[in-house]
Amino acid sequence: MLLYLLGRVLGIFLVFITVSILVFGLMHSVPGGPFDETNAPLPPAAKENILHKYGLDQPVYKQYLLYMWNAVHGDFGISFQSPTETVTQLIGRVWPTSMQLGLLAIVIAIGVGLPSGILSAINQNTWVDYTVTFTSTLGLTVPNFVIALWLLLLFSVGLGWLLTGGWPSASDPDFRTLIMPAITLALGPTALVARYTRASLVEVLNAEYICTARAKGLREPMVIMRHAMKNGLIPLITVLMPQIPNLITGTIFVELIFRVNGLGKFFVSSIFVRDYPMIMATVLLVATLWSFTYLISDLLYMAVDPRIRLFGKVR
Amino acid sequence: MSVAAAPSLATAPPSTLVRPQSTLWGDAVWRFSRNKLAVVALVIVGVFIAIAILADLISPARYDYSVLAEANQFPNSHHWLGTDSVGRDFLSRLMYGARVSLAVGFSVQLFALVIGLTLGTFAGTFGGWADYLVMRLVEVFTALPIWLFALFLISVWRSSDQMTGGGFLNVVIAIGLVSWIQVCRLTRAQFLSLREKEYVLAATAMGASRFQIAHRHLLPNAVGPLIVVVTLGVPTAIFVEAGLSFLGFGINDPLPSWGKMIADSLAYVRVYWYLAFFPTVLLAFSMLSFSFVGDGLRDALDPRYSRS
Repeated sequence: MLLYLLGRVLGIFLVFITVSILVFGLMHSVPGGPFDETNAPLPPAAKENILHKYGLDQPVYKQYLLYMWNAVHGDFGISFQSPTETVTQLIGRVWPTSMQLGLLAIVIAIGVGLPSGILSAINQNTWVDYTVTFTSTLGLTVPNFVIALWLLLLFSVGLGWLLTGGWPSASDPDFRTLIMPAITLALGPTALVARYTRASLVEVLNAEYICTARAKGLREPMVIMRHAMKNGLIPLITVLMPQIPNLITGTIFVELIFRVNGLGKFFVSSIFVRDYPMIMATVLLVATLWSFTYLISDLLYMAVDPRIRLFGKVR
Repeated sequence: MSVAAAPSLATAPPSTLVRPQSTLWGDAVWRFSRNKLAVVALVIVGVFIAIAILADLISPARYDYSVLAEANQFPNSHHWLGTDSVGRDFLSRLMYGARVSLAVGFSVQLFALVIGLTLGTFAGTFGGWADYLVMRLVEVFTALPIWLFALFLISVWRSSDQMTGGGFLNVVIAIGLVSWIQVCRLTRAQFLSLREKEYVLAATAMGASRFQIAHRHLLPNAVGPLIVVVTLGVPTAIFVEAGLSFLGFGINDPLPSWGKMIADSLAYVRVYWYLAFFPTVLLAFSMLSFSFVGDGLRDALDPRYSRS
């Protein structure tokens, strides 16, 4: 067990190093930098000073090592697009917004997806089932920026019920602005949850032990809730877990369309202005989150289903 | 065919025993044609492809032909789907947009297929260190968020002098570089599982060459899943292109792409709703159709698959 965990964590570490070298190398393969003189001409001495201050006059591998040394100590440099704060501060400032939105979406995904998946499985091949299947197909295939625009057209332009964007703040605590971004973000995961819940419940409901449970006279809700759900929900873990980093790191489109100042929006702006420290930190953050989520979902899967062994021999 | 039916067949005259020869592809076509949703989706995909190819002939105007005096017209008898903010016929732009979007979708899959097949075959045949290397690479690309990486790649290329021209190629390469993982995994898995199969051992024992084994046994087994992965990859690529264009990192002006048209519409969405409506509907339709065709192909190409 310990050995397996160690191996996996080492793997994540290697991925982390590779990704960082890849991104760092690519960023520095490009001519030009944040202190190019196209916008504001600088005297050579001043430019030299600035480059020196940010360590940009060093060879690339030295810059990389210095960067990693600082990064390990929690210092990801200063954001070029917002020079008054460090990258850590900037991420700390904007990430919570994305996280709140993501958590809201996860709550919706489970709260809506699970019941509709169960309903769909119980009422197989009825209009309930078809409605759920159709909606979830729509939610899974149609890009979220398309959904966002449709919601915008319907609720803001057509009906005029909701504002086109924004985010509740202390000065303007209007929680209605949460509705559209949360629904847009939640639609994909909700569809995923509904579809997988249906598929696995349908399979479980055909199992013999369900037949036994019914035969011994259990009422249907009991059969579903106590017997079918336990096994039927296992596959959900592998489906739902990888969604989490996706959701809490903020999706670019939802944040852009509904003007939410989250991580995704700042990543895009950092790409536009080539804010190296911010790009590097975001990519590393997301890559690490992903890797650990996969590890955790594998472990969880194993804990829930004792038949699954990722390491060692089956006893 | 149930066991009970066998004796009656054996006593029947030989002529009734001859049934039309069924091939993998023949069966697949038959199974696919039974799936109404997939057939309808295939027709829609066909229409989109036809529009994309024939855009020059059937569109009312060229995509970059602008009449400023006719800007921002709502759908009317002259401009069926209205005009955009610089007076370009919106229907024409949507038609050319279909060309761009589909071209990106297919080119990306071709690109992904080349990389994925090469790496997958490499890992699957050599095994050992080659397999280890490829799998680590796959792991790295799995950990990299697709959007962030594609965005990042394009921004890097955009600012480097060598690859300024032709936003199209940049977009295809960037999306292709993050789309080969599925193909690679699948190819490798096919090779690995094949090595364990008894019939391959039997074929080897009978003196079949490596090429014969690959041609007669690997191909029919691997082609089905590969076709499915590639078909389902097309809408994903269209989606990523639309997203990149949406963010301003995709196809260059004045070439239209649905994603870019959606992005452009955002500023006018309160008044000129049709600018947002038509491209989003087309994008949604094309993605749904490709997905249904892909699902239909999966059902059709896998004889073991049974509908629940």
